[in-house]
Amino acid sequence: MNAAELLATVPALAGAEPVTRVTIPARLDYTYSPGSAQTRFLKALTEQRLLGERCPSCTRVYIPARGVCPTCGIVTNEQIELPHIGTVTTFCIVNIAAKGLDVEVPYCYAYVLLDGAHVGLHARIGGIPHDQVHVGQRVEPVWREPAARSDQPSLAAISHFRPTGDPDADPESYRRWM
Amino acid sequence: MSRATGQEPVAVVGIGQTKHVAARQDVSIAGLVREAAVRALEDAELTWADIDAVVIGKAPDFFEGVMMPELYLADALGAVGKPMLRVHTAGSVGGSTALVAANLVAARVHGTVLTVAFEKQSESNAMWGLSLPVPFQAPLTAGAGGFFAPHVRAYMRRTGAPDHIGSLVAFKDRRNALKNPYAHLHEKDLTLEKVRAAPMLWDPIRYSETCPSSDGACAMVLTGVQGAARAPRRPAWMHGGAMRSEPTIFAGKDYVSPQAGRDCAADTYHQAGVVDPRRQIDVVEMYVPFSWYEPMWLENLGFADQGEGWKLVEAEVTEMDGDLPVNPSGGVLSSNPIGASGMIRFAEAALQVRGAAGEHQIDGARLALGHAYGGGAQFFSMWLVGSERPDS
Repeated sequence: MNAAELLATVPALAGAEPVTRVTIPARLDYTYSPGSAQTRFLKALTEQRLLGERCPSCTRVYIPARGVCPTCGIVTNEQIELPHIGTVTTFCIVNIAAKGLDVEVPYCYAYVLLDGAHVGLHARIGGIPHDQVHVGQRVEPVWREPAARSDQPSLAAISHFRPTGDPDADPESYRRWM
Repeated sequence: MSRATGQEPVAVVGIGQTKHVAARQDVSIAGLVREAAVRALEDAELTWADIDAVVIGKAPDFFEGVMMPELYLADALGAVGKPMLRVHTAGSVGGSTALVAANLVAARVHGTVLTVAFEKQSESNAMWGLSLPVPFQAPLTAGAGGFFAPHVRAYMRRTGAPDHIGSLVAFKDRRNALKNPYAHLHEKDLTLEKVRAAPMLWDPIRYSETCPSSDGACAMVLTGVQGAARAPRRPAWMHGGAMRSEPTIFAGKDYVSPQAGRDCAADTYHQAGVVDPRRQIDVVEMYVPFSWYEPMWLENLGFADQGEGWKLVEAEVTEMDGDLPVNPSGGVLSSNPIGASGMIRFAEAALQVRGAAGEHQIDGARLALGHAYGGGAQFFSMWLVGSERPDS
């Protein structure tokens, strides 16, 4: 039974236009406290540096640094500067826009494993046709001009990653670290 | 973590679902959950007075934008003067909600528990809710499909599965849905060619290989031995159930076959004494929101060796008449009221072993697996239900 049929069963409402929607706007501004580890990471980004952290227990290198190792559950306080080159470990081509997401479709959403890191950075691949993006491809960050960045330090300092033209990485180098 | 001896055996004596559709404009959220709950009570021939506690689950509040909807659903679900609690574990929530309810019965905290899960996607924007930028990642995730598509590509690359496997799963589940009156999608004219010709939303995932957006609710009445003895219809008995979690992102996380999923399955099988799931389990209701997850979970759940799941799909093993039917109900690919989807898997597994699945009944089903996953492939919940009491 749809809303109109439902109303028709109530004599006092016969012929009335059904109220099927009441839109109630809600707004949310999220104030995020990055903490010391991410503050270091975000400040390094403004200087075009990629700062990771190594877990003292499992020795895995994380970027962006979160200040803790998610598997060992302990504080990570050894900073490591990572090189501006990495490998595409997997990707997809997004053909539909998500409401509120400030990126033009289609775009290539990829996991980029920076050399020396053990988790992929989520990044857009640009500068080549999408059908030429492939797993194992070597890529480098393209930084936005400081003037083109937002006021707050963020990962938006990197516009996208582009191919370096180097030969593909050895699959063994990234097999365990998507 | 196996089920301790001395626990109360748990029986499913009532099951209710709404007809899953794109938009239920005739009911509020409260009306939707009550409809499923009333059907479960009718199936069990019980009244609200017979219910000792209510356990409700749904996916993130951000979807409909209703903060803590359980507050205003307490009256619709007859929870006045009774304990009511809300469970949330993202997409797996329907399964974990049922397990929390089951554990209350098993622990003899309550005699008879009503468990309900729902989503009213027509009042929500799940893709928006799942695409909110987080400060420590580039804002690129476009809904669940955008999140999972890279993992599907990793599966295809790792196993060498041919491109058409995803379309075979989608075509199977949509045809199965034609036998399920509660399924949202009833695409009578669908052909395999149409599935294959659909546009790529998140390449390598096609539109036709993606779950719909549904309004729907599912409810179950769970009870112990005494309640089962009074039940008017054959109960389904819980033989095992487990939940596992892992972080969204960590070094060495296997997005294709997460460790938490393997551990959850191993625990569930151990409780039920299952050592060869492919042989011992008769039918599976698996959480497959994107078609490629069927071969991926076949491997994760131990039904196929690593890299071999797609071969079961290709050999039609998972068809209704195969030797391991997967999603005879049509699955998440045919109905996706997100918060309810996990509970529908659990309930459909129970319907199979009760012999009450109607046109999509698998003949002789005695042991069935209900499976759900959620978050960044990080929350898992499963149960095994059987036609016989586990200690008999």
